[in-house]
Amino acid sequence: MIKGNFIDNLPKVYGIYTGGFLAFIIIMSIGEQMGMTSKAIGICFVAFTVAIYAIIGYLSRTAQADAYYVAGRQVPTVFNGMATAADWMSGASFVAMAGGIYFKGYGYMALLVGWTGGYVLVASLLAPYLRKFGCYTVPDFIGTRYGGNLSRFMAVVVLTVASFTYVTAQINATGTIASVALDIPFQYAVYVGLISILLCSMLGGMRGVTWTQVAQYIVLIIAYLLPVFWISNKMGAGFFPHFMLADEVSRIAELEAQFGFVKNSAENLKEVPKGLAGITKAHSAVNATPWAFISLALAMMMGTASLPHVMMRYFTTPSVKAARKSVGWSLFFIFLLYSSAPMLATLSKLSLIDPSLPTGIIGKSITEVQAIDWYQNWNQANLMFVSDFNGNGTLELNEFFMGGKAVVLATPEIAGLPYVISGLVAAGGMAAAMSTADGLILAIANAISHDVYYKIIDPKAETAKRLVVARVLLVVIGFAGATIAALEIQGILGSVIWAFDFAMSGLFFPLVLGVWWKRANKEGAIAGMFLGLVSGAAYLVWVRTGGSGFLGITQLTFGIFGSAVSLVSMVVVSLMTSAPNAATQRMVDEVRVPSGRSIIGKQ
Amino acid sequence: MSKQEQHWEKSKGLLMMTLAIWFVFSIGIFLFGAEMNEVTGPFGYPLTYWFTCQGSLGIFVILIFWFANRQEKIDEEFGFSERGDD
Repeated sequence: MIKGNFIDNLPKVYGIYTGGFLAFIIIMSIGEQMGMTSKAIGICFVAFTVAIYAIIGYLSRTAQADAYYVAGRQVPTVFNGMATAADWMSGASFVAMAGGIYFKGYGYMALLVGWTGGYVLVASLLAPYLRKFGCYTVPDFIGTRYGGNLSRFMAVVVLTVASFTYVTAQINATGTIASVALDIPFQYAVYVGLISILLCSMLGGMRGVTWTQVAQYIVLIIAYLLPVFWISNKMGAGFFPHFMLADEVSRIAELEAQFGFVKNSAENLKEVPKGLAGITKAHSAVNATPWAFISLALAMMMGTASLPHVMMRYFTTPSVKAARKSVGWSLFFIFLLYSSAPMLATLSKLSLIDPSLPTGIIGKSITEVQAIDWYQNWNQANLMFVSDFNGNGTLELNEFFMGGKAVVLATPEIAGLPYVISGLVAAGGMAAAMSTADGLILAIANAISHDVYYKIIDPKAETAKRLVVARVLLVVIGFAGATIAALEIQGILGSVIWAFDFAMSGLFFPLVLGVWWKRANKEGAIAGMFLGLVSGAAYLVWVRTGGSGFLGITQLTFGIFGSAVSLVSMVVVSLMTSAPNAATQRMVDEVRVPSGRSIIGKQ
Repeated sequence: MSKQEQHWEKSKGLLMMTLAIWFVFSIGIFLFGAEMNEVTGPFGYPLTYWFTCQGSLGIFVILIFWFANRQEKIDEEFGFSERGDD
């Protein structure tokens, strides 16, 4: 069936894979009709997809440094776009984003704008130039452009701080999904998740991660879009929800005006289980100040352009030209999911609060709501709660509480879709969290093995030895992440946003100025990375410990302060010290020309 | 001016234009979020709401492809384009 080179056959291979996955969904739904239990369906979905990823990971095994670090630099643009989209969209995007929009409306949607707008910066300021450079890792660029082990080491430190903050949240998410789908305790499920993650990346490095991420993208996008379209059609809201939900959006505004946002007393709120929230913000009205919105969006955009696990995906394209196009494809594939999240939030909210819909619960009697099957299930899972605060016996808008995850996880069931969809959603969430965790763990392990071990400690190491070190680090970092995740000390979304702020504090200006400002030198870059990271972290600690902050910079946008310090210190220190030498200046000139050999020669 | 300098001047010009468009749709319009939301936008959604759901996001996708094509043209003009596929 498949002849010749694997790369030439990619569309065929993934076409067959997609067909196989759709067939699997159909077999499962037939199984459901024939009486398969919901638990068995959940286990099948997660086990089947993880097994496929593991097989891809095994088939991609390699002993070559080029394949291990940059997938042999032969990933075609469209497929690299899919892999980047999976790399990018984490468990938080998949499970928590629609919930955030549902509860916080406009103020939260700054994240949508920020997490997409950042790609314009990636495409125009960085990706093509770093691809021309021919580096294996992001610190590789910093170390070669500015020179010296200290600058390289600082870049590894920033990368590790940002990526590690991010990865614990992702391992946490795989653990949550594995524990629900396989019905095992969270403390063990975290390690099941970790082993699945390592199966994809251990043997094949970047090559293995690339081809599993493409497979994971296909699963997660089907798992997200199918329920959105199905629910929209079932509710009669329109067959293409993205273009047809205007009436639903204005109906929600009408209901909000009718019910009003009643504020609950602190005493009443004590009853509500931790982590659940009520609807307190308007759905489509502007409910945040311009600066609150813009500062969050800006922080996320600059963070996007500094996160190494995304940047290194563009090192795998065959050419500079392909790197540019590939950024466009990445954003297109991300857009498919991000533009659907607000639609899911709209459908979910309307189906719950509209009394004229059969699924609506607001205005029904409390006892009636408490008797609904799905309410009981999700109440037991600690994701839904109602209470009769005013004692009138009917459920009011302010008396209904839900967890953020429930918007994605529970809406299919509320809308009356078959259980097979819930199994599919679990597989999608698992794919999203696994693919991001893989990219992050690989980014950290590669930076330490390539930049610290090979470039600084033992420059004469053989390829075989380097790859052993890389794999050992992968396992060590994975286990460290899983151990911290098992402690459950931070929430998923908060730590994701912090990772962006850390990355932009330390890396944004050293990377951008490395290409765009020839005068930038080693001393400046070291000052920029060090002072940026330290001042950003200090600001975060200050605000967390009761500091008032300034200029409206919050703990979610501390990167704006960190990167400003980074910029100023980098420019001042660069100008106070001598200009980079002629060889470095020539190197920068060469980076700006797309054709010709890469700066770091072939190994 | 050498060929390489001219190429870089043109590339910088394209960058400025790209960043200007990016600025308008990621930051500029949200300065007037409350006022713009009074207007009905495409498909009947409130305008600011539409930009945050679809508009800005879609414009970014188009902007990147437009930028990539323009940069390729500039590279070709100066003979700096690479051979090979995408």
